[in-house]
Amino acid sequence: MSELIEMLSFPFMQKAIIAGALVALCAALLGVSLVLKRYSMIGDGLSHVGFGALALAAVLNATPLLIAIPVVIVAAFLLLRIKDSSKIKGDAAIAVISTGALAIGVLLVSLSNSGNVDLTNYMFGSILAMTDSDVWLSIILSIVVLAVYIILYGKIFAVTFDETFAKATGVKTNAYNTVLSVLTAVTIVLGMRLMGAMLISALIIFPPLTSMRVFRSFRSVVISSAVVAVVNLVAGIILSYFLGLPTGACIVCVNIVALLIFSLIGKIKN
Amino acid sequence: MTPLFLRNILNPGDKMSLLTCENLTLAYNNVPVIKSLDFTVKQGDYLCIVGENGSGKSTLVKALLGLKKPSEGSIEFAKDLTQKEIGYLPQHKDTNNDFPASVWEVVLSGCLNQRGWKPFYSKSQKSMALENIRKLDIEHIKNKSFRELSGGQQQRVLLARALCATKKLLLLDEPVAGLDPVVTTQLYNIIKEINNEGITVVMVSHDISASVKYASHILHINNQEKFFGTSYDYQHSELGHAFLCGCDCHKEEHGHE
Repeated sequence: MSELIEMLSFPFMQKAIIAGALVALCAALLGVSLVLKRYSMIGDGLSHVGFGALALAAVLNATPLLIAIPVVIVAAFLLLRIKDSSKIKGDAAIAVISTGALAIGVLLVSLSNSGNVDLTNYMFGSILAMTDSDVWLSIILSIVVLAVYIILYGKIFAVTFDETFAKATGVKTNAYNTVLSVLTAVTIVLGMRLMGAMLISALIIFPPLTSMRVFRSFRSVVISSAVVAVVNLVAGIILSYFLGLPTGACIVCVNIVALLIFSLIGKIKN
Repeated sequence: MTPLFLRNILNPGDKMSLLTCENLTLAYNNVPVIKSLDFTVKQGDYLCIVGENGSGKSTLVKALLGLKKPSEGSIEFAKDLTQKEIGYLPQHKDTNNDFPASVWEVVLSGCLNQRGWKPFYSKSQKSMALENIRKLDIEHIKNKSFRELSGGQQQRVLLARALCATKKLLLLDEPVAGLDPVVTTQLYNIIKEINNEGITVVMVSHDISASVKYASHILHINNQEKFFGTSYDYQHSELGHAFLCGCDCHKEEHGHE
């Protein structure tokens, strides 16, 4: 117990837990719609673009978030367009964009090797990466995402469940898809520093998938995803602290265990 | 009070038209799918839109829902009906079967078009959803998950949702496709009942014999208008005869086997 209190007394741990939990909450809420709309891969594609953008910021010696957030938002618009257009196959295009961005990012990091850029930190995250401004941005982002979710909950449900019906009853589905992808883009960029570019999309996909094993209504899945995401994140950070293992990987592993437990409960319930 | 059907015969102009298509042409990349369509749907009508695959039925549905702009001509709605007040029932789909949503959530989402910017559903909207759930006899599965229902039950739920969205006009896109015969007949009877209660029905259908049985009017399209008129006239027209006979002859052949 005293070790736990000691752990929480470190400022870097406080920042990681606060910012991480808030980002995880946002990712889970957005993730419910993304997973159900078959947009999971967009989250993955955006995180790779985010990696490229962070590398670019390192080369330019600019504030990472100032470069990464706009670049990833633009990428989100592009990926949605591709998904909507029938001429290009969406999954192939996402693979092209994500591997392309990753490759450019790796080259940029190698070229800028004069500085102290650490490739693995970008790839797999670091618990030390969260700064004060990250914490503030996470707080602002989570307020925005929560507000959007509560105010637009009915419309988000309609757009996710049946886009044609929603459109026919006068919901501007394109606008909601855009809002979802912009919020996803910002969430990914913020979460990437803790989780790493390779692992951040786990925060989007795991909690909804886990909750869907057990819960059968949209509302219960949304609430459960939020709770599962925060609990898993905090548990993962604590685990990584005591075992001295990489944070992002620990969080994903806790999510895997939770998914297995929920699958088992779902099987027993049926 | 004179009964409704007598009034219509005595004074056919009495019924208000809800929806008028004039010279409607719909095209993809400038290639027309439907050319110069003219028809009117009046209050209380039951119109079936029939035609072969690729005749432009689905495109017409999209246009009526406002999801596709006419390249020529117009779709006019009555003054007290806007496009988003159409209750729409899509085709039965087997996809999206892992979606977690309760029957209640799905039906309630039909009230969305009346809610505007308010973040929550009002009491009257909730009671309307409940009323429609009772009307379609699905109250016992109200809290069940949509994905666990049979195809027929899912269509009932979506019909309840469509009824929440409209008080005037239902637009049904092949509502019975993929359902078994018993469930199909049940669904047709429910739709007829709803029509008898005064809600106008526009249905796209493959099922020509059921269409002439239930509908008051038939619109037969094959990339252009082949027939528009009452169901009775259609059955006695050459086109209707050929189409219906095609079905009957087919049935007879099956009977002999």
